[in-house]
Amino acid sequence: MTPDARKIVFENVSKFYGEVLGVNKVNFSLEPGITSLVGPNGSGKTTLMNLLTGLIRPSHGAIYVLGLTPRQPIEFFRQVGFCTQFDSFPPGTNGYDFIYWPLRLHGFGSHQAAKLTNEALDRAGMAQVAQRKVAGYSKGMRQRIRLAQAIAHHPSVLVLDEPLNGLDPMARAESISLFETIAKQGMHVIISSHILEEVDRISDRVVLMSSGYVVAEGAIREVRKEVRDHPMQILVRCSNAARLAAAAFELDHVVEAKILNDGHGVLVRTRDAEQFYLLLNKIVSDGLVEVDAVAPADDDVNSIYQYLIGSDSGPA
Amino acid sequence: MSAQNLVARAQRWSKEQPWRLFGSQISVLVRNEVRRNLLTRRRIWIYLLALVPVLIILTHVIIDRHELAAPAQIETDTQVLAGIVQLYYFRLGIFFACMAIFTWLFRGEMVERTLHYQFLVPVRREVLVIGKFLSGVIIAIAVFETAVLGCFCLMYSRFGLAGKSYVFDGPGLSQLGSYVLVTALACLGYGAVFLALSLLFKNPIVPGVVLMGWEAIAPIFPAWAQRLSVTFYLKHLCPVSLPIVGPLAIFTIVAEPVAPFIAVLGLLCLTIAVLALSCFLIHRMEITYTAE
Repeated sequence: MTPDARKIVFENVSKFYGEVLGVNKVNFSLEPGITSLVGPNGSGKTTLMNLLTGLIRPSHGAIYVLGLTPRQPIEFFRQVGFCTQFDSFPPGTNGYDFIYWPLRLHGFGSHQAAKLTNEALDRAGMAQVAQRKVAGYSKGMRQRIRLAQAIAHHPSVLVLDEPLNGLDPMARAESISLFETIAKQGMHVIISSHILEEVDRISDRVVLMSSGYVVAEGAIREVRKEVRDHPMQILVRCSNAARLAAAAFELDHVVEAKILNDGHGVLVRTRDAEQFYLLLNKIVSDGLVEVDAVAPADDDVNSIYQYLIGSDSGPA
Repeated sequence: MSAQNLVARAQRWSKEQPWRLFGSQISVLVRNEVRRNLLTRRRIWIYLLALVPVLIILTHVIIDRHELAAPAQIETDTQVLAGIVQLYYFRLGIFFACMAIFTWLFRGEMVERTLHYQFLVPVRREVLVIGKFLSGVIIAIAVFETAVLGCFCLMYSRFGLAGKSYVFDGPGLSQLGSYVLVTALACLGYGAVFLALSLLFKNPIVPGVVLMGWEAIAPIFPAWAQRLSVTFYLKHLCPVSLPIVGPLAIFTIVAEPVAPFIAVLGLLCLTIAVLALSCFLIHRMEITYTAE
């Protein structure tokens, strides 16, 4: 099979550390955009990222990144930037050298490497402290200098293992904005993060992992639709909540319709959201109820995570 | 020129001239590694290991400065110098220094959890092995060639005109040339072996000690087995032979001497073969810091 030159493809990938399972039978392909890996500690997120970037080899299966494999390192690592979770740096290095020397290994001349280094430092907001030793950086600064190194060569695939860890709210917002900008340029951004609210806000799709298996994968709304065990929650803000609740109860697929405490809305739990929206349209067009707002209440990463994986161990 | 253009140009260049890219990458690797590792506190004991004979000879020169020089004394000191180079530097100094320098090239980065940075750049792993090996060789040669040169100069300087005559009109310069060559070959040979051991074993110290034992007892084995030791080739390249003394003398099998060019070629072949093994092993290496 010819690997797709635009996608990241995992073909039946398994990784075992001796007898310990890392990930098992992973199959998916990712389009450009922001993809989040979500799962509890030990679910296999970092293993998946290390496999993707060739730091470890799969026990079975194959991985293609834009049609390339890590066995073609020159082409592969020009396209891929990886900001790892390892909080370690070459001893004695400063922020500037940390980015500059790897760029020289890319084949850039000294002036070109210096230009790209300064650009990456600016993008990560680290230009002011670039000449300081990395050993003296705060955790957030170390995180950002690793991010600067990962983006310095303008990769098409950016892999980020817990990139928001240790960042203050301002730096976090700046980093997220940077990821969104990169993704809008048609690139792949793959993020593992335990901050589900932020993951939810920026992700185009999600890969949910548990105990080494991919539990669900796809666009967040599509994944939510697949979770049939848990009825969809829809919040409707309207003028006549009691009338809407009564109408909703007449439908077979509605399992609950709860009037909000302020009396100006209903929280509906239904197994068929499409049918409920049709009903809502009818009620509105008949003039029985005035609707101010309608929003799904649980088609976010956090809810999907709770439904599919549970809250026992919590995401990491 | 925009950043995208710079990236595109570098990609084009590496596709059109891959060998120039490899050369440039090796040069960058060597410069970076030497810069990071040559003058560091961690290496102080290696400098001391190299400088101990120099300091001893220097002390001797200072204490015996009024002693009259005699040709017989020059011959004796030539034997002493041969002993220092062959018994101290080859069997201890260069051996342990190479163990420290070359096993640290990859295993050290594994311990410090920084090896993944080397594996995430567009560099073939073979190029990484060669670059790191050359940086180790440069460090080892710089330290030990300086030490051997220091020993040689101090050893003959105290004989005044007689020493000068021995060096420039006698066999002195040719002996120095041989020592310089043999020291460089020792660094290459031991370096390649220790680099491979560090990729084969999580703790290369134990196989290193086994290798040391082998190098010490190899002379009591048949000639064909002796050819599998680094010391065998180095010994035959040394300009002054040392008499075999001590309890090992009765067990020692004197192997047929090999021609110098065969000894040099043999060591270079051994180095290349072991480096090829390292290039093979590096492809199997994974970043699993928690397992270290």
